[in-house]
Amino acid sequence: METDLETLVEVRHLKTHFPILKGLFRRPAGAVRAVDDVNLSIRREQWMGLVGESGCGKTTLGKTMLRLLRPTSGHIYLGAPSDVIAEIELLERSPDGHSKLKDLRREHDLATFSGGRIKGIRRRMQLVHQDPYTSLNPRMKIRDVVAEPLTVHGIMRGKQASDRVASLLKMVGLSEQHLARYPHQFSGGQRQRIAIARALATNPEFIVFDEPTSALDVSVQAQILDLLKHLKAEEHLTYLYITHNLTVAETVCDSIAVMYLGKVVELGTAMEVFRSPRHPYTQALVLSTPIPDPKTKRARIVLPGEVPSPANPPPGCRFHPRCSRATEECRTTGPPLEAGEGSRLVACWHPLA
Amino acid sequence: MIDLKFIWYQLRRNPVSLAGIVIVAMFALIALLAPIIAPTPAGQSNAYLIPREGYSPVPQPPSWAHKFGTTQGEYDIYYGVIWGTRSAFKVGLAVIGATLLLGIILGSIAGYFGGIIDEIIMRITDIFLAFPALILAMAVVAALGPSLNSVLIALIIVSWPAYARVVRGDILAIREEDYVEAARGVGASHFRIITRHILPNSIYPVFIMASLDIGAVVLSAAALSFLGLGAPEGYADWGQMIQFSRNWIVGPPGQPLAYWYTVVIPGLFILFFVLGWNLLGDAFRDILDPKLVKR
Amino acid sequence: MNELLNIRGLTVSFQVYEGIAPALQDVNLAINQEETFGLVGETGCGKTLTALAILRLIPAPGKIEAGSITFNVNGGSEPVDLLTLTEAEMRSLRGSRISMIFQEPSAALNPVFTIGEQISEAILLHRPDEVCQRAADAAGQRLASVSGPVSILARPELSLERRIYLQMAGNPDLAWPKFIGRIPLVRRLLWRIGAEAERMAVEGLRDVEIPDPVRVVRQYPHQLSGGMKQRAVIAMALACCPKLLIADEPTTSLDVTIEAQILELLRKLKVDTEASILYITHDLAVAAQICDRIGVMYSGTLCEVAPAEEMFGNPLHPYTKALLVAVPKPGIEPSPIRGFIPDPLDLPSGCRFHPRCDCAIEVCSKEIPAMHEATPGHLVACHVQ
Repeated sequence: METDLETLVEVRHLKTHFPILKGLFRRPAGAVRAVDDVNLSIRREQWMGLVGESGCGKTTLGKTMLRLLRPTSGHIYLGAPSDVIAEIELLERSPDGHSKLKDLRREHDLATFSGGRIKGIRRRMQLVHQDPYTSLNPRMKIRDVVAEPLTVHGIMRGKQASDRVASLLKMVGLSEQHLARYPHQFSGGQRQRIAIARALATNPEFIVFDEPTSALDVSVQAQILDLLKHLKAEEHLTYLYITHNLTVAETVCDSIAVMYLGKVVELGTAMEVFRSPRHPYTQALVLSTPIPDPKTKRARIVLPGEVPSPANPPPGCRFHPRCSRATEECRTTGPPLEAGEGSRLVACWHPLA
Repeated sequence: MIDLKFIWYQLRRNPVSLAGIVIVAMFALIALLAPIIAPTPAGQSNAYLIPREGYSPVPQPPSWAHKFGTTQGEYDIYYGVIWGTRSAFKVGLAVIGATLLLGIILGSIAGYFGGIIDEIIMRITDIFLAFPALILAMAVVAALGPSLNSVLIALIIVSWPAYARVVRGDILAIREEDYVEAARGVGASHFRIITRHILPNSIYPVFIMASLDIGAVVLSAAALSFLGLGAPEGYADWGQMIQFSRNWIVGPPGQPLAYWYTVVIPGLFILFFVLGWNLLGDAFRDILDPKLVKR
Repeated sequence: MNELLNIRGLTVSFQVYEGIAPALQDVNLAINQEETFGLVGETGCGKTLTALAILRLIPAPGKIEAGSITFNVNGGSEPVDLLTLTEAEMRSLRGSRISMIFQEPSAALNPVFTIGEQISEAILLHRPDEVCQRAADAAGQRLASVSGPVSILARPELSLERRIYLQMAGNPDLAWPKFIGRIPLVRRLLWRIGAEAERMAVEGLRDVEIPDPVRVVRQYPHQLSGGMKQRAVIAMALACCPKLLIADEPTTSLDVTIEAQILELLRKLKVDTEASILYITHDLAVAAQICDRIGVMYSGTLCEVAPAEEMFGNPLHPYTKALLVAVPKPGIEPSPIRGFIPDPLDLPSGCRFHPRCDCAIEVCSKEIPAMHEATPGHLVACHVQ
């Protein structure tokens, strides 16, 4: 039985590290810790925003969840029952029960899937890329681009597939006469719509949007966000919306997760995170984000320094070198992501009130 | 993605490329119409053997019976160059066709999968590229016995590594594009990704290279024939004709250019054939330049 | 306030394979001294093209069909029409009186030269007399302070250097110093000029708040982060104290916290250097933060010009109103504008916005509206308002 509060996507202790190979023999000499021990859970039909700056790992997290990248360790669950997840956690910590653990993981944990099983889950989760100018094959007609998921999974062919493609294009606001054209004949906004139509072809449950409107104009962005809202309601979709623009996330998302250097530092409802941030980094982000109102000029002092390299993150709390509230504890131990009030989670030893 | 109006626009801006198309078309016509313009004498089964009047070693100048004259051994030059066009096309297209196939397959496997497969294939190409091309071809022909087919095989063996490398490079560039990742995200198989997404976007530079190379292949085949390692004696092949003229490049003292027709005529055919393909390759480059695909 | 730059009737068109595309149509704009003017618009509105027109850097096949751009070169003296200057005269203005910074800092920095070399290049090109004077002073100081046995050799060399530098400072167009600079052993006499230029580059970097500028001046662009590179580019642009700084989306490619730092820096620099900034952006929120006056462009035409508070508080042009509603604001969902931005080869007749406008009347599809002053300081180009 599906209720609104059921968890659809769950990620536990996910790590994606890219090894750095150095020297004549290309030995691993460290790793870029793009995603470093992330826990995230997204409910059915929730619009979750993932916010952060460049290098924080949000795109890597999204792609790892879809298994476009291979996780270094951790668990990814799509529609797995919560008791199974709890059991896997328990078995991981206990010294025995390895074979049962392996069986359970092989059945439910996407991180262990490979080959044909991954192809199977691709029907249920899709990605919409950031740059609509490079996410469509320039030599393929739109009809073929949108029909490709249907062909690859053998769902439909021939007339049935053409009808489905026509109805998908109509769903995203394009018309049938566009079927025989090539991507370069469309504008950025239209190309993004085509990418969305392609993502919807197999009736997925979960769609990850990687900054879908950052390459588009403001008016086009408004159109696309409107479209996404309608599609979500009609098709009962669950969204993970990756963006660096906190204002956009606040206006459309239900919840927001803020990432910094590979870790989630704050998680809560959109309004809460924006109006009353508890993590110092979130507060800095909120204060730095410009608002289209000349009367509210932003605070004078903004975050000093630069984002450290994810290959060499600071010890303890990753944010401590730039934090005005850092103490000795912050320099030595990394704070866990813990619940505050309600559904709020903050990873900070001294969160703001 | 072929826009005829755009192709015509590009050709008009570049009349030299138009010349290339014209030249190659003329040669193709000659090759097609060979049985009509240079009919095989009755009773001769293999049309590729040049008819000979007698066995006199001295070449005869052009006359009504032999429009371009005869070369050493009284072989008719006219017949030789006309049917030699057919041989040239055969050699050129067969070698380039096979090299393209081999190069594209191995190059895309190496480029797409990377890792150990890439290393193995690249080291194999390194081995082949370490030999000087013509020497290796000569060795292969010597091993297989001189004939036109061994020349074909030798040239294929010598040419494929360069193509594999170029294809691999193009694939490496396209492999990281967003639409390839999107195709992976949709669940497409490796084969589908390579054939439908990567190759159509990266293959055009290879075709340009191929058309420029046809001329080079024909030249190499002619060189091998000239050295006696190619077609059997009397076969209609431009290289053969040049070999026949080897002793007659300089005529008797007092008349050094007496036997010019034995060298110049086959030489001109080779020259224009190679020139035509080179210009055609340039024309392809202008038309198929992917940067001109409007964004 | 006196005017620094006045663009009148600027019309630019592009001759492409498919036809003639009118990129800019009759743009009238004025920028005052010491103000930040924001030029806001979406793709294809022509804002970058306007900036390139000011610098006469429009790429082929673009052509300036009509118009004038009068620039007050040396405050007080006669303003010149930039479109009538020769290329050599424009070259002397670019980088020294008018500078530009671009969106991608990596594209503006040459990867094979150090930051110091690139800033010095601008300084040596446009302020050679100052550099030579400073070199002469430095040589003079050294001359005064040197003592001991070394001085027997050092004194004549230093005084010779000083004489050369003073000559060069007096007359920057001398030919013989260039000649000296090419002869291997003798040219070391001119080394102090390079050193002084580098010192001025370090000062420039310090002004843009780059930490440890002495080290950064010897670094190559790839060793710096995006925010640092953009600061270096700003330093390059300000090296010669321009009167007008054109910033073409300088913070679009930067993270929001770095963007806040750069905006803060630009605010401070405007006050310190008394320059005007023409700030081009598609982000209304950023324009609200930094601009004194804002101009909104749509599809090659200027729609509305007003002071920032007036523009956001009381927008008059339908496009501006629609844009303000489409921009995401905290707590308010963005509302889309119907229709699409027109293709420059297939523009609507009359007012370019009329197919998407809710209050279009008949004349809107026939005539392009002219700019008129609705309230003092607030200009709008619309038939309805």
